[in-house]
Amino acid sequence: MRARPITRRGIVAGFLIAGLVCLPFADLTLAGNDPWAALSRMGMGFLSPDFGAVERIMRAIALTLAFAIAGVAGGAVAGLMMAPFYRLRPVRWLAIALRSVHELFWALILMQITGIGVTTGILAIALPYAGIFAKVLSEILDESDRRPSDWLGARVDPLSRFLWARMPLARREMATYTLYRLECGLRSSAVLGFVGLPTLGFQLDSFFRQGNYAAAGAIMAVYIALIATIRLWMRPHAVWAWLIAAGIVLVRVDAPPMGQGALWRFLTSDIVPAPLLQGDPAGLGPWLWDLVAGSILPGLAATLVVAQLALILAGLVAFCGQALIVPRVTGRLVAIPGHLFLVVLRSFPEYMLAYLFLQVFGPSMLPAILALGLHNGAIIAHLLGRQAGGLALRADAPRGLTLWGWEIVPRLFGQFVALCLYRWEIIIRESAIVGILGVATLGFYLDDAISQLRLDRAVLILLATGMVTVAIDALSRFLRSGLGAGRLRARAASERGIALAAEAPG
Amino acid sequence: MQLLIAADLGYGAAPVLRDVTLDVESGQRVALLGRSGAGKSTLLAAIRQALLDRGLRVALVPQDHALVPQLSALHNVLMGRLDDHGALYNLATLIRPRRTDRAAALKVLARVGLTPEAERPVEALSGGQKQRVALARALYRGGDVLVADEPLSAVDPVQAQALAGLIGTTFPTSILALHDVSVALTFATRLIGLDGGRIALDMPAQDAKTAAIEALYAR
Repeated sequence: MRARPITRRGIVAGFLIAGLVCLPFADLTLAGNDPWAALSRMGMGFLSPDFGAVERIMRAIALTLAFAIAGVAGGAVAGLMMAPFYRLRPVRWLAIALRSVHELFWALILMQITGIGVTTGILAIALPYAGIFAKVLSEILDESDRRPSDWLGARVDPLSRFLWARMPLARREMATYTLYRLECGLRSSAVLGFVGLPTLGFQLDSFFRQGNYAAAGAIMAVYIALIATIRLWMRPHAVWAWLIAAGIVLVRVDAPPMGQGALWRFLTSDIVPAPLLQGDPAGLGPWLWDLVAGSILPGLAATLVVAQLALILAGLVAFCGQALIVPRVTGRLVAIPGHLFLVVLRSFPEYMLAYLFLQVFGPSMLPAILALGLHNGAIIAHLLGRQAGGLALRADAPRGLTLWGWEIVPRLFGQFVALCLYRWEIIIRESAIVGILGVATLGFYLDDAISQLRLDRAVLILLATGMVTVAIDALSRFLRSGLGAGRLRARAASERGIALAAEAPG
Repeated sequence: MQLLIAADLGYGAAPVLRDVTLDVESGQRVALLGRSGAGKSTLLAAIRQALLDRGLRVALVPQDHALVPQLSALHNVLMGRLDDHGALYNLATLIRPRRTDRAAALKVLARVGLTPEAERPVEALSGGQKQRVALARALYRGGDVLVADEPLSAVDPVQAQALAGLIGTTFPTSILALHDVSVALTFATRLIGLDGGRIALDMPAQDAKTAAIEALYAR
């Protein structure tokens, strides 16, 4: 028995207090923008999409698809090769290192080595995804039935054992998970455009810069349709056709060539701390202090402020929204559009949401908090809502708000807290990322260091970001296990829970 | 073959079977009898291990079949001989079985009456059909000894007698847990009954006394 057990209410109260403490430090100003004018311009654009720029739109969409398919395929294959060996420490650590760096950060770093080209785009998705795939696929393998493998006895070689008695048992769940990852990959690929790759984000950004809201509306409409219909066009027997198509599209991209020896220069000179490179080891201390006090600590503080407030918002959205899609609570007239609303918010990349909010509200923490809160809140609400719809209710159960308050909230509260804790890690990671848009979180300092070509600083900031991610991961796991491990297993469980929820028609 | 000497069998501190000594002669067909929970599966597991330790080739039919549901019945049968070949050969078999292997596996499937189901995934088969696939896998594997845990529980009595005969002609020695006493009496040359955590009955099948067998199942 634990002396002071962690209760769900205690956790919620703790996070609310943390949010309140963060509030005074949050920069929520509107930065002199007139949000309503911007919003109405944007709304008009989205309501009257202009498909006139069809060539550019289709090219951006095709490239977004191609990068996503190639990147996810690369990550899946690499992850599958690591999965059987995930128990080995070097493999596990490699996977953790790969996935603790976000795909946008990977892209920023890789650009210094492979340039703004196809290799960067594919690797930026494939590398972190390989780390995620390795972990999740190894879990799927571990959970699958071991008895056929045991039957084979000790003399069968490992490859035959894997291909005959392990892989077939896990194949279906692996395919489901890969499809879910492709959906994530479409988001990642679109967002990579914001750092310069020729995908959707790039095209969207240039439309916005030209004030061409109607074309921006058109490209968003196509993108949403693409994500919503993923299960119609991505079929198991079409995988090879899609891979070949992606290859053809990507081969035709021409990018500025990188000079010879870029990787060597990156490893031996670019990322070596400047004082060491200049032969001044004594300067290392001040250099490090300047970096920690001037970039890492302020960036970390801003990241945490954004993340905690976004988590509170996500919790609110989820807490209220979980009943939105249950017809017994809100009625069918609200439940169906509510469902659509949550699905759209969920399938929109949070980075792109933050970008859109930034156009509306101007640069401050507000766009980031809104984007992360709404997106993650919608994910949790959608998952909980599906569960709420499946709850076994007695025949004389109440309807409306009474049902929400007396049945849904108490029965799903454990799930709610566990899912929020799980999204917490993701929100922190994403808070660091949105810094690239100009909010002063860790991503801002990283982007800044890279644009000044001070890659030694950038790599250290990246390292710090990765360590924060790992630390939050451990803290979240500790809190969740304090709540009882049975409620929701490790992150992959809920990640796959999301995958399963996303898989069902809706 | 002295398989077990004064062995305590089971999991953890409280063994299911105590002080078991078992000697099985080559050529014997042994039927294990006893109520469910008497320790038949535990004894079979220990017997299998003892046989493997002697370097014998053992074919196994587990009670839960341990088939790969996503693979076809034919492939599940082909699994019986994976340890005879290297990884490359097995990979080729997985993708496209060689004609001779395929013919041999189909022959076994035909003998258990599953020719029409050969290409269907095991998950699409009925319980009785799955059991016959598991048996076919063991028959295809062949070897010195068959160790089978209720291999005939889900097939009808006529078929059970036929399959028992097939087991008898394929394996020189076999040790089967059986719940159907009439099948046991026609199939086996030796009966072993478990009760109260020990071997309560051990006799040649032709000497079997109905009363002694019934006593195993009495409460």
